Amino acid sequence: MNDALQSWGRYPRARQRVIRLRDRFAPLPALESHALPRGSGRSYGDVCLDDGGTLLDARGLDRFIAFDPATGVLRCEGGMLLGTILDFCVPRGWFLPVVPGTRFVTVGGAIANDVHGKNHHASGSFGCHVRAFELLRSDGHRFTCTDADNADWFAATLGGLGLTGLIIWAELQLRRVPGAWFDTETLRFDRLADFFELSAQSARDHEYTVAWVDCTARGAALGRGVFSRGNHAAPPAGADAPRPARLRMPFTPPFSLVNGASLRAFNTFHFHRAPKLVRRASRHYLPWLFPLDHIREWNRMYGPRGFLQYQCVLPPATAQDGVRELLERIAASGTGSFLAVLKQFGGMPSRGLLSFPRPGTTLALDFANQGQRTFELLDRLDDVVAGASGAVYPAKDARMSGERFRQYFPGWRQFEAFIDPAFSSGFWRRVSL
Amino acid sequence: MSEQHILVVGATSAIAEAALRLWAARGCTLYLLARDEARVDAIAADLRVRGASAVHSGPLDVTDFAAHEHAIGLAWTTLGRVDAALVAHGTLPDQARCEADGNYALHEFAVNGTATIALAGLIVRKLEEQGHGTLAVISSVAGDRGRASNYLYGSAKAAVSTYLSGLRQRLHGRGVGVVTIKPGFVDTPMTAAFTKGPLWASPEHVARGIVRAIDRRRAVVYLPWFWRGIMAVIRCVPESVFQRIKL
Ligand SMILES: Cc1cc2nc3c(=O)[nH]c(=O)nc-3n(C[C@H](O)[C@H](O)[C@H](O)COP(=O)(O)OP(=O)(O)OC[C@H]3O[C@@H](n4cnc5c(N)ncnc54)[C@H](O)[C@@H]3O)c2cc1C
Repeated sequence: MNDALQSWGRYPRARQRVIRLRDRFAPLPALESHALPRGSGRSYGDVCLDDGGTLLDARGLDRFIAFDPATGVLRCEGGMLLGTILDFCVPRGWFLPVVPGTRFVTVGGAIANDVHGKNHHASGSFGCHVRAFELLRSDGHRFTCTDADNADWFAATLGGLGLTGLIIWAELQLRRVPGAWFDTETLRFDRLADFFELSAQSARDHEYTVAWVDCTARGAALGRGVFSRGNHAAPPAGADAPRPARLRMPFTPPFSLVNGASLRAFNTFHFHRAPKLVRRASRHYLPWLFPLDHIREWNRMYGPRGFLQYQCVLPPATAQDGVRELLERIAASGTGSFLAVLKQFGGMPSRGLLSFPRPGTTLALDFANQGQRTFELLDRLDDVVAGASGAVYPAKDARMSGERFRQYFPGWRQFEAFIDPAFSSGFWRRVSL
Repeated sequence: MSEQHILVVGATSAIAEAALRLWAARGCTLYLLARDEARVDAIAADLRVRGASAVHSGPLDVTDFAAHEHAIGLAWTTLGRVDAALVAHGTLPDQARCEADGNYALHEFAVNGTATIALAGLIVRKLEEQGHGTLAVISSVAGDRGRASNYLYGSAKAAVSTYLSGLRQRLHGRGVGVVTIKPGFVDTPMTAAFTKGPLWASPEHVARGIVRAIDRRRAVVYLPWFWRGIMAVIRCVPESVFQRIKL
């Protein structure tokens, strides 16, 4: 009851009571003040924090309800981890149609942030494959939402940041796959324009595409990086599944291990290690889709002050210039992460009122929390994003202003009517001011 | 081993549910007994999806002693045979209330002690008739020595452990195994109000130990293993010293 659960970025800190839910038929517990549903806490900032309130920890709602092996329709409780679903469905020839970069997120969390994956240009966001879910409100009312029944609640809850009620269970449409493996290709590119060209070319033949960029490179090398793409494939002959993660960041170092020098060294090394021409490889889905899951608690690397992630999307018309400007500002600041990710989103519309994914280019990276300096940089990045008519991802945010949020998510006005009166979050209190 | 028939009493407990998931993944046939039917149905559906060959369930309030025979009998006829049975129900009594309220204390003793012993006796008679099978019962490290903070619970578990020890001796060489499971601190809804430290284990971890102990037909298993050492030390402390310690 005394847990101070953190978010993945370990910033900001919050004091909250935690109530664990286990029974999907039970009413919500009596609440003293405001409350917020909580999945695995894999959001970076404050969308999964409720300082001074109660977290309704949904991880104990982790039961399968039904699976039809003929159609791939799966119904399960909202606290089930995507990793558990994959462990279950991959050997049976099915896959989740959309997964984020970690398996340790829950179905409820994936819906509430309408998460996206490396295959956004082919399959849209997670919400595109949700057939139905049940919502439980603090007044005890529970109802099923689909895009036909309670369609307005359906749209408000996809990307609804946990504020519309507790997602008790969901029904997902899985997709057929030939096995647990991917045919992948990797190659490096020397400048930003090449990324756009490679994305356009690759989108036709590759369901999954993503690029790592060297956020320390400047001048002519600005936007250089390593492009990866792949498709589901049958296992190669004699292939063994990789062993699950054993590495763990054992403690939080007293200061961030990510700094200007380590960043430049790592990024330069990583870029030059990548093949100049296309290199093909057969990869198991675990390391290929979830490379960060290999080191448990890597978020400790940023030291006791935690870190902030910044992910934005810029529409096609402004993307190239906008991303260039963002990368210039980041490189000039000398901060940023080992892992900066660029990805082209496709045109499949998100179905949520507040969904983040939209056509354009998305850039994501982490910043060690250096206080004022970091916040000022991120505010300047916000200026670029707003100027380019883009948006910043709430799931990864801990500091955007209410003004910016309302600019990025014009659906907020309609959304407000669907908020459960007993629910709130640190994020929401900040941006609704 | 894959086509095992398994009976679980107290199937909605977090440890039992975690063990049931392991058996379901092996394709076992399962029979679940618990008080709350809606929750049992949800668990049964989950186990079917996870791969159990078949999942049956029945209602049982363990303090309704008159209902034991019928509930266990029905499970037996449904399953045809029982290769392993796990008795996992339990509560964590409020020790202060036990001291103030004798009826409450006796009720809690019945849930954690008498009912467990009654069910274990009943199940073992059936295993004997059948000529094979293993009974595993969740006792507790709390039964190894009475401590001021929870001696009602501890004494009920002590009765269970001692009973199982006698049972095991009686059945030696007769094809029926008796496994005493002694978990330490487990992070379950029963212990939600406690501050968790490094000695705490997850229900999944304990469940893996239980399934392994049944497979290997061990006698007494401490889960996690280090509790065997901790309890060995605690049992050695002379009573004259022990009474002065705060535990
Ligand atoms: C290494 C890493 C990689 C990532 N990669 C990606 C990526 O590629 N794409 C992407 O989109 N995101 C990515 N993320 C972010 C992550 O996918 C999202 O933050 C996701 O929503 C986290 O889910 P969770 O279960 O941890 O939920 P939490 O973070 O605990 O909660 C997220 C939101 O969901 C709500 N919520 C949780 N459960 C319920 C429920 N049962 N009912 C109602 N509301 C609920 C919460 O209130 C909160 O608003 C990544 C995160 C990490 C750590």
